[in-house]
Amino acid sequence: MSTTLAVQTLSYAYGNKAALKNIDFTISKGECTILLGPNGAGKTTLFSLITHLYDSRDGQILINSLDIKKQSCEALANLGVVFQQTTLDMDLSVLQNLHYHSSLHGMTRKTAAARIEEELERQGMLERQHEKVRQLNGGHRRRVEIARALLHKPSLLLLDEPTVGLDVPSRKGIVDHVHTLCKNDGLSVLWATHLIDEIHPSDQMIVLHQGEIKAQGSVNEVCDGDSTDDIAQTFKQLTVAKA
Amino acid sequence: MKLAHGIIALKGIIKRELWRFLRQRERFIASLVRPLVWLFVFAAGFRSTLGIAIIPPYETYILYEVYIAAGLIGMIQLFNGMQSSLSMVYDREMGSMKTLLVSPLPRWFLLTGKLLAGTFVSIMQAYAFLLIAWFYDIQAPWLGYVTLLPALILAGLMLGALGMLLSSFIKQLENFAGVMNFVIFPMFFMSTALYPLWKIKESSELLHTLASYNPFSQAVELIRFALYGQFNLYAFLYTLAAFVIFMAVAVWGYNPSKGMMVKKGGGPS
Repeated sequence: MSTTLAVQTLSYAYGNKAALKNIDFTISKGECTILLGPNGAGKTTLFSLITHLYDSRDGQILINSLDIKKQSCEALANLGVVFQQTTLDMDLSVLQNLHYHSSLHGMTRKTAAARIEEELERQGMLERQHEKVRQLNGGHRRRVEIARALLHKPSLLLLDEPTVGLDVPSRKGIVDHVHTLCKNDGLSVLWATHLIDEIHPSDQMIVLHQGEIKAQGSVNEVCDGDSTDDIAQTFKQLTVAKA
Repeated sequence: MKLAHGIIALKGIIKRELWRFLRQRERFIASLVRPLVWLFVFAAGFRSTLGIAIIPPYETYILYEVYIAAGLIGMIQLFNGMQSSLSMVYDREMGSMKTLLVSPLPRWFLLTGKLLAGTFVSIMQAYAFLLIAWFYDIQAPWLGYVTLLPALILAGLMLGALGMLLSSFIKQLENFAGVMNFVIFPMFFMSTALYPLWKIKESSELLHTLASYNPFSQAVELIRFALYGQFNLYAFLYTLAAFVIFMAVAVWGYNPSKGMMVKKGGGPS
């Protein structure tokens, strides 16, 4: 299976404070990898490095074999991102937000219109395309952000705690939808969360704590490695007992 | 970067700025009220006390309102530049700046696009001001309204780049008010916007020196000459040089590995 994302010996520090230490992992095509870690584990820093908002001298990040530092534009073209905080323009309509994004990816108006319709339809948001984002609830805003992140057909989708603040049905809807995308469209996903119930048994898992990878592999492998049969228990042991 | 991609993206960035601007009508009105108050109240009040001798580009004695008009156009662009920078700090805090920065285009291009978008808005404001001023009998030659356009583009870019530079150094929105006080007001008052250089020299040598080196003064002079169909080479070169320097530092400030965002240890939000 081809590798969509490869993070190799990546380290990052804010001044003298190490935020990430020697991070190494890969994500294959169609794989959903859950990046599990408590608040402050370094998840957002890792996302900022993968999206090239920040640059690290130590280590390498490859998206579809493209180096994010040396070929950042080509690499970023393969990337869709949903940040932890809503990054939609509140005063613009759903449609305007999506058109803005499509223009940044160089999509012609015709292509953009077709893709926007397709993605909004898939998210059940087509009828609300003319509404201002400010008028939407949190769950709907997230759906728009996911539609936006997929407009340019990326091969890798990054989701940084996308369900924070959402109610249970909205959360479940997003989790199921993303897993369907992996399965049907071969989309690779890196999903940062600290919520155990967002993990599917088929997912890959990375447990990040205090800037270090404490465990990685399939859900079963991670649980077996810690001699437990429960993710919550494993997570607790990895992030509390060894803290 | 492909040319077609760049053009589509640039159109998108400008269009977004326009959408935002049109949705914020108060911003448009405020941007016009400020210079109009200066024109109708301040300039009218000072008309009798501040006589203006014949100085280029004017060919005859002029009223103070006529002199101040170019400075007020500069003021519109100065405030717009700072407003854009404020919105960039806001966008960064709110996260929407990330949408721009993670798009597959070179960072310098994205920042230049943002700058052009802001300048475009400031030019619309400037012409709206001139339209109102025209009815107040502040009328330049017709050709001047055309030759003014390139001057407004350069002045707008320079002041926008200054705003962008500041936004890369300002970490939080709360710090912005201080910058406004330390940048906008000194720049505006220590310039040729309100009084000609020779008049400042009469009062203070130091102020005269500061005003003549102030890039805002040169932007105002560029605008003043262009409005009367003339070209001020020195003002043009000075404004251009200031733009290049401000822009270079701003792009450096937004560079993910070298910029101030990293040096501050602010990290991603």
